[in-house]
Amino acid sequence: MAEILEKVKIEEKEPFFGPKEKKLLLDPLMDINPITVQILGVCSALAITSLVYPSIVMAISVTLVTAFSNLFTSLVREYIPKQVRMIVQLVIIATLVTIVELGLKALNFPIWKQLSVYIGLIITNCIVMGRLEAYAMANKPWRSFLDGIGNGLGYGAILVIVAIIREILGKGTLFAGSPVEIKIIGNNATYLIDTTTSTMFGWYANNNLMVLPAAALFIIGILIWIHRTINPKLVDIS
Amino acid sequence: MNLMESSNKYIITFIIIMTVVAAVSLAGMREITLSASTKNEEIFSKRSVLLTVNDYLGKGLNVNDLSDDEVLKMFNEQVEQVVLNINGEIVPNLLAEKIDLSVEKKKAEADRLLPLFVFKNEKEKFYILSVRGSGLWDEIWGNIAVKSDLNTIAGVTFDHKGETPGLGAEIKDNPAFPGQFIGKQIFKDGEVAVLVRKGGSQDKTYEVDGISGATITCDGVTEMLQRGIAYYLPYLETIEN
Repeated sequence: MAEILEKVKIEEKEPFFGPKEKKLLLDPLMDINPITVQILGVCSALAITSLVYPSIVMAISVTLVTAFSNLFTSLVREYIPKQVRMIVQLVIIATLVTIVELGLKALNFPIWKQLSVYIGLIITNCIVMGRLEAYAMANKPWRSFLDGIGNGLGYGAILVIVAIIREILGKGTLFAGSPVEIKIIGNNATYLIDTTTSTMFGWYANNNLMVLPAAALFIIGILIWIHRTINPKLVDIS
Repeated sequence: MNLMESSNKYIITFIIIMTVVAAVSLAGMREITLSASTKNEEIFSKRSVLLTVNDYLGKGLNVNDLSDDEVLKMFNEQVEQVVLNINGEIVPNLLAEKIDLSVEKKKAEADRLLPLFVFKNEKEKFYILSVRGSGLWDEIWGNIAVKSDLNTIAGVTFDHKGETPGLGAEIKDNPAFPGQFIGKQIFKDGEVAVLVRKGGSQDKTYEVDGISGATITCDGVTEMLQRGIAYYLPYLETIEN
């Protein structure tokens, strides 16, 4: 009895948001990034990163799904029957993804149309299931929730970086389709740099390769390369 | 993980409770978002009707730049909705936007209803026909705006349920594909002659270029246009006379 009491006391002393929690939130952004280090969730990262705005919406959707599926799985982790563990996880993920999809359809219909099947495919995104198996099944709800947010953001960060490069080089715009669209370079006067009048950029044309998913593969490859050059520790992991 | 092997009774109870919770939360979410998403869908389909006459809306107007309210206002003011039966007679008291071609497709041919939108600007009347067919994976559909000579295409829009992005989905995603139809003639000797030609159009009056790698979707577009527009022939003949 005394032992248990002592244990409870130790747990209470742990801060609500201490260094461990901070690590959970920030590590996935760099050192254990789902895309560039764990190479998970690449499918959707190739498909929807041709524009920044849908990428941000996708990043938010995935973050919500990983955070809440981690939270709910962690809450019921001690009651989940071992034999049907995976099915239970899948139901939790699928329910959340459908809720996100319904919400998006009501809030922003054009983006919902644009992301089309990829919202539904969050269900099969390895990051979500991977975190449930690796973390939420064995950890407390609050930490699982942070782990989910961290991994969602780590995924989202790469998505947005790839999308920024692809959209500027492929379309000459930034945040196209959103209320704050910026036109950077193009062939008429509405763009910041007008290639028809600019003497410096008269030669410039949008690179159509950047609009295709293949470009995302190259960019993600280059990002992985840069990431491993900055942090040589990662090279051995793979 | 310190999970124990559970009894069948426990597993079944757990699964039932989980399913009920999931079902209730999904049904609840659907109920909450239903009115907003129905409205979004309605505006989206109105936009796609207006998009077929994008060049004739008025100076400097572009459907894609209009706000939702402006789309609704323009639709209410300038578009007349008519429902036709298969003999080309107007069926009174029905709205064209309420007609779902995927439902009509399942009915016997004689009972089918056809939606028709008539867009009016200061000078001209446009007849916007709706067609529906099959692509490679799933349904495709579209709207075709016909000028008041009842032969020249003013504009088209296509949409699809599940064509391959980058290939079949180009019928919607690449504005150049529907753009090719502008100015094409539909009828030749009373038959629908407009079509998508694999390998490039030959008769520029009636044909448009197909999309490489999307032959079945393009054949689907041709089939959809030829069959879909033919349904409107009786009506178009009555207004012509």
